[in-house]
Amino acid sequence: MDREETKSRIDALIEPFNKKGVTVTEDTTFAGDLEWDSLTVMDFVAAIEDEFDIIITMNQQAEIENYGQLIDAVTKLRG
Amino acid sequence: MSDAISQPDKPESLPETAEGSKDLFSKFDPLIKQREDLLGSGFEDPFGLVMERVLSPVTAICNGRETILLGTYNYMGMTFDPDVIASGQAALADFGSGTTGSRVLNGTYVGHKETEKALCEFYGMDHAMVFSTGYQANLGIISTIAGKGDYIVLDIDSHASIWDGCALGNAEVVPFKHNDLEAMEKRLRRIPEGAGKLVVLEGVYSMLGDIAPLKEMIAIAKKYDAMILVDEAHSMGFIGPNGRGVAEDQGVLDDVDFVIGTFSKSVGTVGGFCVSNHPKFEIMRLVCRPYVFTASLPPSVVATATTSIRKLMDAGDKREHLWANSKRLHKGLKDLGFTLGTEEPESAIIAVIMPDLERGAGMWEALLKEGLYVNLARPPATPAGMTLLRCSLCAEHSEEQVGQILTMFEAAGKKTGII
Ligand SMILES: Cc1ncc(COP(=O)(O)O)c(C=O)c1O
Repeated sequence: MDREETKSRIDALIEPFNKKGVTVTEDTTFAGDLEWDSLTVMDFVAAIEDEFDIIITMNQQAEIENYGQLIDAVTKLRG
Repeated sequence: MSDAISQPDKPESLPETAEGSKDLFSKFDPLIKQREDLLGSGFEDPFGLVMERVLSPVTAICNGRETILLGTYNYMGMTFDPDVIASGQAALADFGSGTTGSRVLNGTYVGHKETEKALCEFYGMDHAMVFSTGYQANLGIISTIAGKGDYIVLDIDSHASIWDGCALGNAEVVPFKHNDLEAMEKRLRRIPEGAGKLVVLEGVYSMLGDIAPLKEMIAIAKKYDAMILVDEAHSMGFIGPNGRGVAEDQGVLDDVDFVIGTFSKSVGTVGGFCVSNHPKFEIMRLVCRPYVFTASLPPSVVATATTSIRKLMDAGDKREHLWANSKRLHKGLKDLGFTLGTEEPESAIIAVIMPDLERGAGMWEALLKEGLYVNLARPPATPAGMTLLRCSLCAEHSEEQVGQILTMFEAAGKKTGII
């Protein structure tokens, strides 16, 4: 699946979760830069899962630390 | 979710050891500081309470004060039941103080078999396996039955022992929003064709005392051919026509593949179990590591458990009194103006929601000074970062005591400005 297209859809999804208005780049980390707690992570993951009709298991989430890795993972999961 | 200790049930990775530090404990510095700050502001340590003497299932001397206990999960008050104590004393004298062995080696005594038989009769199920704690029962069953390539679908507010069971095993772990049928179904639907599935639910969630819509959830799980495990730790003995729990109450116990329970609440001692009708269940005794590689419960403990379980089978009067207590406390607290975790009393747990940690800790301490012990639950162990005072009722709380409890809540609530 097209990485660019995946990225632009995730860019739109992250907007309402980015309460602090951080400039999000591929290197932005969820815990460090965005300071998300586990509830925010859960809601954001659910939003992505619904958008692409995929599951991102906890095992996969553990490997995702920054925004670029998330886009890679979703692109791959979309097959 | 569990009693809040200072960490969430769902495991979170700790910060890494500070760069250049050789002390592996340096990663705990932020937590140590948070604790010191709280205690420095003059509060009694909520996690340093010592019961100096226990007078009954509902009263003790704590930190030098006579205190009504309203946070023990001793729902049915079996801890001082004369028959329970007598059977424990006899087993201690006849079989000694401990088994010094695993259930699969020298640690299965006649008493362990009798407890398993009592559990089979209590639940009307074919198989029962007794573990050393409920924590180990979840750890063992979940990590063993869901293997590599299988999927575990679980509620995000699950107890620590469920999360740790997931962490110990090799299955893919997929959480869904608390009690959300649609979120659960979406996740089941997206699991790859042909993968094994285990849905893990709880009857009562102990943070807010709310129950799960098991009937609807189990119907969905069945639609996707998932096996179902329900943890009924906080319902045994008083929810359902025979006290078998929320699944029985909602008429769906027959569709549950595995029920997990504990002896540390209604049964009034320590230990855990899994009951099941699965025809191959007995193989668990050989492959479940938290069952095999630890010593079995002492003979006195299993004897007290057996007696208690059998007495819980016809404890109708106690059950009724417990429900009356729960309803009265719920209504009384609501009338006083407190915010509660559930609109109506759904279990024997009533959670009082505090405005913030600071005032919650203040209220907790004021109650203790009034002579009342409740459970303080705080972020990050709580859903949505709430600070809760969790009250768990006991069938042995008298009507008069419930009245006293309400008076104490009123006094402490006014003193701390919460009502
Ligand atoms: C839902 C739930 N499951 C399991 C357990 C573990 O029980 P035990 O105290 O026997 O380890 C508890 C108790 O803390 C619980 O609340």
